[in-house]
Amino acid sequence: MLSRVASGIYWMNRYIERAENDARFIEVNLNLTLDLPEETVEQWEPLIMTSGDQDLFRAQFRDATPENVIFFLAADAKNPNSILSCLYAARENARSVQEVISSEMWEQVNRFCLTVKDGVSSGLVKQNPHRFFTEVKQASHLFVGITDATMSHGEGWHFSRLGRLLERADKTSRILDVKYFFVLPSVRDVGTSLDDIQWAALLKSASALEMYRKRYGRIAPQQVAEFLILAPEFPRAIQYCLTKAADSLHGISGSETGGYQNVAEKRLGQLHAELAYAGIEEIMSGGLHEFLDRFQTKLNHVGEAIAETFFTLRPVKTTLLQQEEQ
Amino acid sequence: MGFTSYDPEGFFDEMFESVGRPRPSALRLMQKIQSLPEGELRKRQQAAEGALLAKGVTFSVYGDQAGIERIFPFDTVPRLVEVSDWDRIERGLRQRIMALNAFVDDIYHDQKILKDGVLPKELVYSSKGFLPPCMGLTPPKRIWCHVSGIDLVRDRDGTIYVLEDNLRCPSGVAYVLGNRRLMKSTFPELFDAFRVRPVDDYPSRLLETLHYLSNVPTPSAVILTPGIYNSAYFEHSFLAQQMGVELVEGSDLVVVDGSVQMRTTRGFQRVDVIYRRINDECLDPQAFSPDSVLGVPGLMEVYRQGRVALANAPGTGIADDKVIYAYVPKIIKFYLGEEPILPNVPTYICDDPQDRDYVLSNLDKLVVKVASESGGYGMMIGPYATQREREECAERIKADPRNYLAQPTLSLSRVPCIVGDHFEGRHVDLRPYILYGKDIYITPGGLTRVALTKGSLVVNSSQGGGSKDTWVLSKGAIPGGGSPDQSC
Repeated sequence: MLSRVASGIYWMNRYIERAENDARFIEVNLNLTLDLPEETVEQWEPLIMTSGDQDLFRAQFRDATPENVIFFLAADAKNPNSILSCLYAARENARSVQEVISSEMWEQVNRFCLTVKDGVSSGLVKQNPHRFFTEVKQASHLFVGITDATMSHGEGWHFSRLGRLLERADKTSRILDVKYFFVLPSVRDVGTSLDDIQWAALLKSASALEMYRKRYGRIAPQQVAEFLILAPEFPRAIQYCLTKAADSLHGISGSETGGYQNVAEKRLGQLHAELAYAGIEEIMSGGLHEFLDRFQTKLNHVGEAIAETFFTLRPVKTTLLQQEEQ
Repeated sequence: MGFTSYDPEGFFDEMFESVGRPRPSALRLMQKIQSLPEGELRKRQQAAEGALLAKGVTFSVYGDQAGIERIFPFDTVPRLVEVSDWDRIERGLRQRIMALNAFVDDIYHDQKILKDGVLPKELVYSSKGFLPPCMGLTPPKRIWCHVSGIDLVRDRDGTIYVLEDNLRCPSGVAYVLGNRRLMKSTFPELFDAFRVRPVDDYPSRLLETLHYLSNVPTPSAVILTPGIYNSAYFEHSFLAQQMGVELVEGSDLVVVDGSVQMRTTRGFQRVDVIYRRINDECLDPQAFSPDSVLGVPGLMEVYRQGRVALANAPGTGIADDKVIYAYVPKIIKFYLGEEPILPNVPTYICDDPQDRDYVLSNLDKLVVKVASESGGYGMMIGPYATQREREECAERIKADPRNYLAQPTLSLSRVPCIVGDHFEGRHVDLRPYILYGKDIYITPGGLTRVALTKGSLVVNSSQGGGSKDTWVLSKGAIPGGGSPDQSC
């Protein structure tokens, strides 16, 4: 497979997954607005804090009002990670690999892009955000389903899954991190129903509440973190994402899992093992936020190693950077 | 929606002889269309447009994210080409492409045609399409023009002329295939009723043509595209998908150890045939334009050594220079000893003082074209231009006569198109595609481009043109009239 094509497929999937997770981020708060007692104040600042794009936000907006945050994450063409920008980027990448993916996949990316474009220009994002973000999630799920059902599960498909799951692992870690920035009215509220409602909102936005309940029943912070980080079978849990991403990485090179043949396999293998042997008590005692922060940095290094191994045949520093920002 | 009041208005209409009288070959098609329930045709037209949008077959300015995406307009009433017309067209195109190929080969070798004085030397040397680095080059199997598109038009009296040869990177064939697919899904019942000659095998014929150029048992062929911002990118991608070959950009290719290789996730892989959709001068910055970023440094040297084949061969632009065009009848005679089957449109060459005087004093009657341009750019249509536009055109001709030519304004033939809730005649041309490999293959039909603006003669997609599915019926399948009365 052409290196450029592999990179196009990988990024197309990352961008679509990123758009879906933007929707999930915003849903954390949309869920809270529905569930919280009336007198509590909505907190939109944490979404910006965890997005990783706080500087970009500050350059444009003064206050983290609901309108500003939703616009920034969903409809802002100046934010390269907004849903709108992600879909343009996904479609551009899809266009560049159109002859390699199935035409059903291409049509879905194209339709997805048009849906988002229409949602933004028609004002649906503002008037009915619930509906808009549900549509975004569904369009993304549809794309994943179409990919699974219409594309040979060969090299291209592995690059699809690799991109999607690395992006998802990163975003699940950020959704979990939102709680760190949520302010409770007072220390006394820790462990109260208000606290529970916030944790439940996180689970809900990761589509994890029901699966969590089946596993643990009651909401408890440590167990929520355990579920979203370490659950081996929940498809949005970090551990699950890394396991399948590693499978795909080995599917691409044809090497056995458990060892490594290139720097990408090595770094992902290390990160995966670290997680596999880390108990939740250990993670919590060192600080959840700190753990998630370190994890995101290491995951970025995995992404860089993938670009270096597969996308740039003669690794050049500048090209590597370009690929990351594509 | 009916054709009862459809009026050819004195133009040659491809489907109608006169008001309410379809041509014999079109009768049954017209009846079929007319028998659709009220509103059905428009509904299907809209469905077809929706499908194009979903498939992303759109024009848009990619730099402008808010830009409106427009589909390449498609009119669902097919255009029929009569079997007898098509026979002559096919023979004429075959003859023309063989002569043009022989001409290009001669120009870059012995130049017999110049030595015999059939064609002025200066005309060739001053052409932008003439590439001195190609002198002495012999492409595989001595074929230069592997993929060509030749534009045909019909005048008021019914004569079919060759309007233009496109021998470099003619585009549009994806629309031929796309329009046919769209028609099949929009009007399946029409295909049951008529035996339309298929065009769907074009991609496999193209792949055969490309493979023929290599001596390797299983050659690796690729399409080289300038990238997603090129207006024909959809076609490059579509053809690559249909042929199952890699679509590469210049940066995917590199010359290693004397051969062209592509960068893959498993290292370098050799490429044997390149169907390139980038211009000659962009192919190789070392051989042609040093500032081109689209091409592959060192490509021409590998090509010269016969270690990679290019389709089309570089240098074919000399044969589709719009001034050289005027000499094609002589070129056919010179190389094949035959009279041209398809005539040229009479052409005045501004470089010739006598012709130039005629052109300058008849600008209001003529179409003036720029020799080195395509896509309808730089064209001045005298009868429709303002006095000022004509004066400016005259200045440009005087400043650079070699670059201009003029032709009488033809009354292009028309076909019925859906306009609102009725049919109106619109001017069309026809671009059949010709593959020259082991044999010569011509797409039955080709791309019918329609000037959708009322009265307009410009069919180019860049200037508001649309397209239609084009039907050549199988021989012996001429549909007889269902009713003795030929009106409909």
